[in-house]
Amino acid sequence: MSQLEITNLHVAIGEKEIVKDLSLTIRSGEVHAIMGPNGTGKSTLSKAIAGHPDYTITSGDVRLDGKSILDQEADERARAGLFLAFQYPSEIPGVSIANFLRAAQQARMAEGEELDASAYYKRLYSKMDLLKIDRKFTSRSVNDGFSGGEKKRCEILQMAMLEPKFALMDETDSGLDIDALRIVADGVNTMRSPNLGVLMITHYQRLLDYIVPDHVHVMWDGQIVKTGDKSLALELEAKGYDWVKKELAAATG
Amino acid sequence: MKPLSDTLSAPDTDEAAANPVVGIDQTKGDFQYKVAYEFDAGTGLSEKTVRYISSVKKEAPWILEFRLNALKKFLSMPMPTHWATKDLENINFDKIRYYLASGQKPKRTWDEVPADIKRTFERLGIPEQERKFLAGVEAQFDSEAAYSNIKEIVAKQGVIFANSTEALREHPEIFRKFFGKVIPTGDNKFSALNSAVFSGGSFIYVPKGVKVAQPLQAYFRINAENFGQFERTLIICDEGAEVVYMEGCTAPKFSTSTLHSAVVELVALKGAKIQYITVQNWANNVFNLVTKRGVAHEEAEIKWIDCNIGSRLTMKYPGVVLKGRKARGEVLSIALANDGQHQDTGAKMIHAADETTSNIIAKSISVGQGRSTYRGVVHIPKHLKGCKNNTECDALLINSNSRTDTYPAISVRGDRHAVQHEASVSKVSADQIFYMQSRGLTEGQAMSLSVNGFINDLARQFPMEYSVELKRLIDLEMEGSVG
Repeated sequence: MSQLEITNLHVAIGEKEIVKDLSLTIRSGEVHAIMGPNGTGKSTLSKAIAGHPDYTITSGDVRLDGKSILDQEADERARAGLFLAFQYPSEIPGVSIANFLRAAQQARMAEGEELDASAYYKRLYSKMDLLKIDRKFTSRSVNDGFSGGEKKRCEILQMAMLEPKFALMDETDSGLDIDALRIVADGVNTMRSPNLGVLMITHYQRLLDYIVPDHVHVMWDGQIVKTGDKSLALELEAKGYDWVKKELAAATG
Repeated sequence: MKPLSDTLSAPDTDEAAANPVVGIDQTKGDFQYKVAYEFDAGTGLSEKTVRYISSVKKEAPWILEFRLNALKKFLSMPMPTHWATKDLENINFDKIRYYLASGQKPKRTWDEVPADIKRTFERLGIPEQERKFLAGVEAQFDSEAAYSNIKEIVAKQGVIFANSTEALREHPEIFRKFFGKVIPTGDNKFSALNSAVFSGGSFIYVPKGVKVAQPLQAYFRINAENFGQFERTLIICDEGAEVVYMEGCTAPKFSTSTLHSAVVELVALKGAKIQYITVQNWANNVFNLVTKRGVAHEEAEIKWIDCNIGSRLTMKYPGVVLKGRKARGEVLSIALANDGQHQDTGAKMIHAADETTSNIIAKSISVGQGRSTYRGVVHIPKHLKGCKNNTECDALLINSNSRTDTYPAISVRGDRHAVQHEASVSKVSADQIFYMQSRGLTEGQAMSLSVNGFINDLARQFPMEYSVELKRLIDLEMEGSVG
């Protein structure tokens, strides 16, 4: 059982504060969804947790199994068990998915230790079968010339191979048609297990039709302003974000 | 014969300070072993030096005459700084040692190779499977060949594989005809210099129709301070014959600048195929000024695969003169310029017959304040028909202060040719690095992977052991470039 604990987190880009005093705890086996309109700091939150150098954590803490990760580089956090599924994954021309994942696996091994290539490919192919991904897929360069759906599928495959303790999924549904969305959601659902915690960031409720969250949080102006179960997502869908805005205005006014 | 001078001059530390090179992992080439040099031409270049070299090598009078004539040309020619970098002016020809030899006879078996030299190969980190290759290697230890046994194997096919001294002495009837013909002495200042003081290098003759199964290989190092290496290679592939030649170079790091100035001439007669592969990792104080050119006769094919890593300044533009109908020429080039380094590389394709085809793919990587330059010449005259050229040059910039320049000169006359040129400049973005880091790769590993990806489509065309070596060299360079 692992735990990702975000406490009183403040994140700035340059001088501008984006995330303001946000606290959230995710345990293994849980799926949390963070919803909110554009510009409220959802993506900033996920990138800051993953260790993007452009995002400054001005105060607060992020602890993985009780240990602060804030002084770790992005790659150390990844090796410790965090995984960020990108909204816009980068292209790496000339590097095949198979070689990329192999390098990522190798990076997790002790110095001098060599990855067993045949065991690696066996595992890769079993994960691809599980996610119904064509064998030819991994010989293509990472995200190079991929459609939106292919990019997201590549993210899901990487997640399956790297077996993180916690996955941060940043707008995984953006740019996907309904078929691609279903494939991605099936992938995540396949991976759901008592060993994986998920933080899903989404603008739209529709992803949550396919990946049913245990907890739903509404983010507004850098803070979580409302928390509930999956019914909260449906309520949001019906009433729109203006509803949250009005409630907030009433509470502070 | 006594050496003209038996003292090595002291390292010039001021010069090293003037060219600070930071963040480069050069441990790979950073070593030297004591070798007792039996022959030493001393420092500086004069007629006396040239006569000394020629007499040590017991050369025929025509070769001495060739050398002396070349020396005159070298001295009279200006530095090509009207188009090339002014850094050339920093070469101090008086401080260079033009000839050193340990006087050891070429060895036959691995067991007979001196332990020092074996240790050298070990320090180069040559993996097990490559050592197997080395068992059949013509390895160049300073000026003279220290090891050779593949010679015997290929000799059975009638192939002559010898060092330049030996070949000129024993087979003048074959080599004299082509020697200095592809690259005339006065082609440029440095080909003239090489022609005056050359020693070492391979001479290969492959008889008609013979296809040499295993690649012939040589490994060059510079092991003496201030010692310039001026190897001379001539490969003649007779009608329908085929050969692959590979050279790898690394040099120990010294505080003074050293000069490497080779001349490589290839002759592919009708229907012959020559592939010449180079992976170089010079120390960052080496001026690497090399002239490489081949002549491809009717339906012959010459392919240069050229990887340049390291050195202070490399100037090298492998060329093919497409002399016979349907001749083909190809240059695949990879250059990596790190801090304090300038890779000025490219290709020349001179079409001189109908239906000739040339292909140039050049990729350069600039790291830190490294600078890479592509210079290309493609020439197709008006009276020809059916010629084709494809040129692609891609540059990758790692840091915002890295620099790349491209000077493609393509002159095509007439309207019966097909010419295509593409160039691109890309940058490893911070987002790309973060993406890879978020998968657990360190920044250095991420950089390496990006760079290896960039050259992947070219590296795939290399023989396996060379692409492995190239990858390892790039990993070393990139490790030093981060943090």
